[in-house]
Amino acid sequence: MSDRTRSAITLHANGDARALTVDNRRTLLDALRDDLGLTGAKKGCDHGQCGACTVLVNGRRVVSCLTLAAAADGSEVTTVEGLAGADRLSPLQEAFVRLDGLQCGFCTPGQLCSATAVLAEHAAGWPSAATRPDRPYAPGRPTPALDAAEIRERMSGNLCRCGAYPQIVRAVLEAARDTAAEHAHTPETGAADLEESHA
Amino acid sequence: MKEFAYLRPTRIHDALTAAAGRDDVRYLAGGTNLVDLMKDEVYRPAVLVDVRHLPLDGVRDAPDGGLVIGATTTNSDVAAHPHVRLRYPALSQAILAGASGQLRNMATVAGNLLQRTRCGYFADPSQPCNKRAPGSGCPAIAGEHHNHAILDWSEHCAATHASDMAVALAAFDAVVHYETLDGPGIVTLADLYLPPGTTPDRETTLPAGALITAVALPGAAASRRSRYRKVRERASYAFATVSAAASLDVRDGRVHDVRIALGGVAARPWRARHAEAVLAQQAATTEHFRAAARAELEAARPLRGNAYKVALAENLITAVLDDLAASHDGSAAPYDTQEGSR
Ligand SMILES: Cc1cc2nc3c(=O)[nH]c(=O)nc-3n(C[C@H](O)[C@H](O)[C@H](O)COP(=O)(O)OP(=O)(O)OC[C@H]3O[C@@H](n4cnc5c(N)ncnc54)[C@H](O)[C@@H]3O)c2cc1C
Ligand code: SF4
Ligand code: FES
Ligand code: FES
Repeated sequence: MSDRTRSAITLHANGDARALTVDNRRTLLDALRDDLGLTGAKKGCDHGQCGACTVLVNGRRVVSCLTLAAAADGSEVTTVEGLAGADRLSPLQEAFVRLDGLQCGFCTPGQLCSATAVLAEHAAGWPSAATRPDRPYAPGRPTPALDAAEIRERMSGNLCRCGAYPQIVRAVLEAARDTAAEHAHTPETGAADLEESHA
Repeated sequence: MKEFAYLRPTRIHDALTAAAGRDDVRYLAGGTNLVDLMKDEVYRPAVLVDVRHLPLDGVRDAPDGGLVIGATTTNSDVAAHPHVRLRYPALSQAILAGASGQLRNMATVAGNLLQRTRCGYFADPSQPCNKRAPGSGCPAIAGEHHNHAILDWSEHCAATHASDMAVALAAFDAVVHYETLDGPGIVTLADLYLPPGTTPDRETTLPAGALITAVALPGAAASRRSRYRKVRERASYAFATVSAAASLDVRDGRVHDVRIALGGVAARPWRARHAEAVLAQQAATTEHFRAAARAELEAARPLRGNAYKVALAENLITAVLDDLAASHDGSAAPYDTQEGSR
């Protein structure tokens, strides 16, 4: 386009292809909230420090405040609005409601998107800084179940000023247990989608 | 933020051409440092060249038993990679000890190496800072510096390099590969970063416009017994006060091969070559580990508010080597997981 400081982009937001023209300075967070009306993702710090703006881009959690909308052109973006099924909440959302995983709710969309990714990362065999020190990596061994320490570590990029952490950890733990059976035999190899990028 | 053009080349040559001969063009990778500093108006580029659509993603085995990590491979992908976890556990641990899950999904290898210091004055254009505005002075030396350098700083700048990943790469003798319009080049991680001296604004030895294409890890049996430990002000999601990466190979009770690098103590990841030399062929005992750590830190010149780092670094080197030595006893080998600071 003639104006080099703007870009025509398409975002696949929660399954809908949305075409828009953005100033290159626009962050994905501002584009979602102000251009697409998806106000679930919140602006806490705007500097990558609090996690309130967490969304999934091509299935991976990112902070949308440090992602440029122009750089997200063509991506699949999932916000908190896209986590639920057609007529029911996701198991994680249900667990947050059941176990009071929030107080004011400002951090909750980011917590939910982040936790959704935590379950997927764990299922893909990704380790964390809390992965048990007495357990050296061995290819092919099943991934150990998530425990509270793992969840605290993996969720540490999401701050909660209300201090709802104990309930958040409990909710994620419960949702993780619900899905654990599914992934009980996933080998501890690292993400399956990694293999594609080896070539 | 100033207006800028956004380019998304798919060929390396096009990226290099866009950046050639201009100091107002920046490569954009994950953006976790660049976009942050643009918001603060520390960077005011006219053009961003997105490098994430160049063919630089992925980890592959090298013929010497090492690994080649593409420049745009995300920190998450490196940390989870089976060969990294098996052969260079301290690298996986170092990455996982840094930032958050979201940021590691965005951050790339090259961007991580070239991230700027977390000195608060640097990120605040209302303050003087020789690194950001050469010649304006260094308020940190008389001011807030509790997390600044203890080694090789100058009166012009005492900032530290903030990367965890780079500390592990320094211990493993990693080599950085780059491209310029004049052809490719390589530089060892040890030679990548400049001491602050009188020009703290100049941080690396890369030629202008150079595009990092990969980081190569040489094959080394000792790297399998390696470990990263990080001390910080909260249990997770904080930069290091001091960190250490080490690998240790003990044969017949003696140190056969040892590599140690420190983070949070200097403007670059600090390879502790003096400590390594002191330990060569010594009995692998706590006393020797501590003596080696002391020998390394004799050169330390703490500022008024960060002398604690000298003792911390000594204890950390000793503890990491102790852990690695214990893993040689045939007991559970703890050397490939990060011990949380929980
Ligand atoms: C809240 C927060 C907490 C953090 N905590 C930690 C921590 O605990 N430990 C830690 O180590 N780090 C931490 N970080 C820093 C983070 O790791 C870095 O910001 C990240 O690694 C930078 O990578 P990037 O791909 O996003 O780089 P970008 O921000 O895109 O770029 C950084 C620099 O690298 C240049 N660049 C990028 N790619 C290339 C290339 N291929 N060739 C040449 N130049 C290139 C860019 O031009 C820019 O100057 C934290 C960051 C934040 C925001
Ligand atoms: S320590 Fe370096 S980065 Fe910090 S204010 Fe001084 S010159 Fe700037
Ligand atoms: S608003 Fe993005 S991390 Fe705080
Ligand atoms: S519920 Fe209020 S910030 Fe988390």
